[in-house]
Amino acid sequence: MASTRRKFLQGSLAGIVTAVIPLSAFRFLSPDQARAAVGEADTRWVFLVDTHKCVGCGLCVAACKRENEIPYEVPVTRTWVERYVVTKDGATHIDSPLGGRDGFVSERVAGQEIDPASISKAFFVPKLCNQCENPACVQVCPVGATYQTRDGVVLVDRSWCIGCGYCIMACPYGVRFFHPVHKVAEKCNFCYHRISQGLTTACVQACPFGARRIGNLKDQDDPVTQTIMTTRVAVLKDEYGTKPQVFYIGLDNEVR
Amino acid sequence: MAEEMVVHGLEWTTKELFVYPNEFIYWSIQIVMYPYMTGLVAGAFVLSSLYHVFGQQDLKELARFSLVFSLALLPVAALPLLLHLQQPLRAANPLLTPHFTSAIAAFGIVFSTYGMIVISEIWFVYRRFIVEQATALTGQTGVATTMKRALYRTLTLGAYDLSETALTKDKKAVKLLAGIGIPVACFLHGYAGFIFGSVKANALWMSPLMPVIFIMSAVVSGIALCMLTYIVIMKWHQFRQRSSHADAATAIGGAELEVINKAARYLLGFLVAAISLELLDLIFRGYTAMKSWDILRSVMYGKDFVNIFVLQYGLGNLVPFFLLLLPRRTIGKTVVALLLVLYGVFMMRWNVVIGGQAFSLSFAGYMHYHLPIIPHNLETYREGLLGALTVAVMPFILFWGINRILPSLRYR
Repeated sequence: MASTRRKFLQGSLAGIVTAVIPLSAFRFLSPDQARAAVGEADTRWVFLVDTHKCVGCGLCVAACKRENEIPYEVPVTRTWVERYVVTKDGATHIDSPLGGRDGFVSERVAGQEIDPASISKAFFVPKLCNQCENPACVQVCPVGATYQTRDGVVLVDRSWCIGCGYCIMACPYGVRFFHPVHKVAEKCNFCYHRISQGLTTACVQACPFGARRIGNLKDQDDPVTQTIMTTRVAVLKDEYGTKPQVFYIGLDNEVR
Repeated sequence: MAEEMVVHGLEWTTKELFVYPNEFIYWSIQIVMYPYMTGLVAGAFVLSSLYHVFGQQDLKELARFSLVFSLALLPVAALPLLLHLQQPLRAANPLLTPHFTSAIAAFGIVFSTYGMIVISEIWFVYRRFIVEQATALTGQTGVATTMKRALYRTLTLGAYDLSETALTKDKKAVKLLAGIGIPVACFLHGYAGFIFGSVKANALWMSPLMPVIFIMSAVVSGIALCMLTYIVIMKWHQFRQRSSHADAATAIGGAELEVINKAARYLLGFLVAAISLELLDLIFRGYTAMKSWDILRSVMYGKDFVNIFVLQYGLGNLVPFFLLLLPRRTIGKTVVALLLVLYGVFMMRWNVVIGGQAFSLSFAGYMHYHLPIIPHNLETYREGLLGALTVAVMPFILFWGINRILPSLRYR
């Protein structure tokens, strides 16, 4: 009995050693090392929103829904426009009916009649995925179905997502939702299928006022990069440490 | 296609004031059930370990039972997650491509490690019984007996040695496994707390205390459920005995009462720890009054006041606390207290999971959850009352099955 056990242990030890030696030929790379090995990308997609130019027509939302096949009649959307109305009493009224898809044609804000004379300021804020440099959604995905591309865009692999919703919970901006048809996590990806082919995004193309622009932060000559470098811009909710890459001109303190 | 098209969460969410368009109550009743069930698993195991590791002799009767009960609860801890997934057929993906920066990625690993510990511990506890059964059934005929014998013979794994030395080794193994099991059980559940506590986007969840709070309340609920089931089974057996022999004992005997008293003391200890931590968390949030405090306060002291302070702390913690603490406690009062404790822990899970989604990420609006009662499609079944009840009754069905093979309660 004892000799059998000894043999067994010896055999196991030998087996483990033989198995481990070839494994030691492999090396664990930190994400930074891996990135260095692949080489730095020459593109970092960023977005620039000029809130002064947005009139809340909602054409961007409609265009996005059509382009990215998000069912038109449902309330979820990859991009949306928020309306802010600050009254003289200091109250802020916010709404975004159907994500602003049909434009803000009613003067009622969130179903409430507001006397135009009482308004101190009002503006529109388009929202979309911030393609964060440090994306919380990518961190929490248990299967790696959502990932950051080398050029900074966060994508979702529809064939691998398990639909747990952790990424939806982790995003401080509320840009994620479950696709009503595919039943997996869905989000704005800067129309990656378009920008990687040299086109612009559907929302940028649809915006009649140039309120939305997309650019490459690594290209110093890119007009968007130049604006970000030379103008006072802000990002949303930087306190979460996600390093969002959608920059806003004219962002107000009231913006959520 | 129109039939398939369901906006997840739209069915049971209503919005108030400004909520982002994509926000819904995405984590619903099954995510309430998930920490509740893992909590029961962990608690039941800790209770059994109090005897196996720390030699609390008066818990001996309850120890074996709660160990087997924790095995019955174990598969049910994963069931809510399966019912919650939008792509349940891909449930194995986290094991195939675990992405370890995610708290969820390790679930399968932690869960199966814990499962193996529980199963091996049970095997060592029951080895003698299994061998005795296999030997006793040898030579008997009949289809059922043959199958039973084959089952027990398989369960022996070929280890028929019942010598004194072998049995001592069994005991040692049980002690060792129970010892390893405690931290793993706490990890399994503390980890469920980490899943919530690490979501930085959620103002209510994000707290380093979350895992510890979860462990404490887990032990509370686990002990309560084990005690309750123990009392019910004992009572039921007495009832049956009474109907067959009129002269049998009429009330729960002294020994059982002793077990219940001892377990109740542990329950109280963990209950105090759980409540203290929860209150610390609440006080700290109020005192530091970060940006999110305004909306949190309006939810906790306003919209969810009844759920949190009346149902959870009052009915679920305070009332059973006094019921268990005050003198002249009877079995009846104990049962009421245990039911309330279980309800209180459930409400705590509810207030964390649903309460954490009661306010918008915009801090400018609210969401309300309406539990689907009568299902009209798969989604409203899975994430509705019936789905939750399916999860809730499953451990008892499993326990009934396991108990037929490995009886865990000795009746007097």
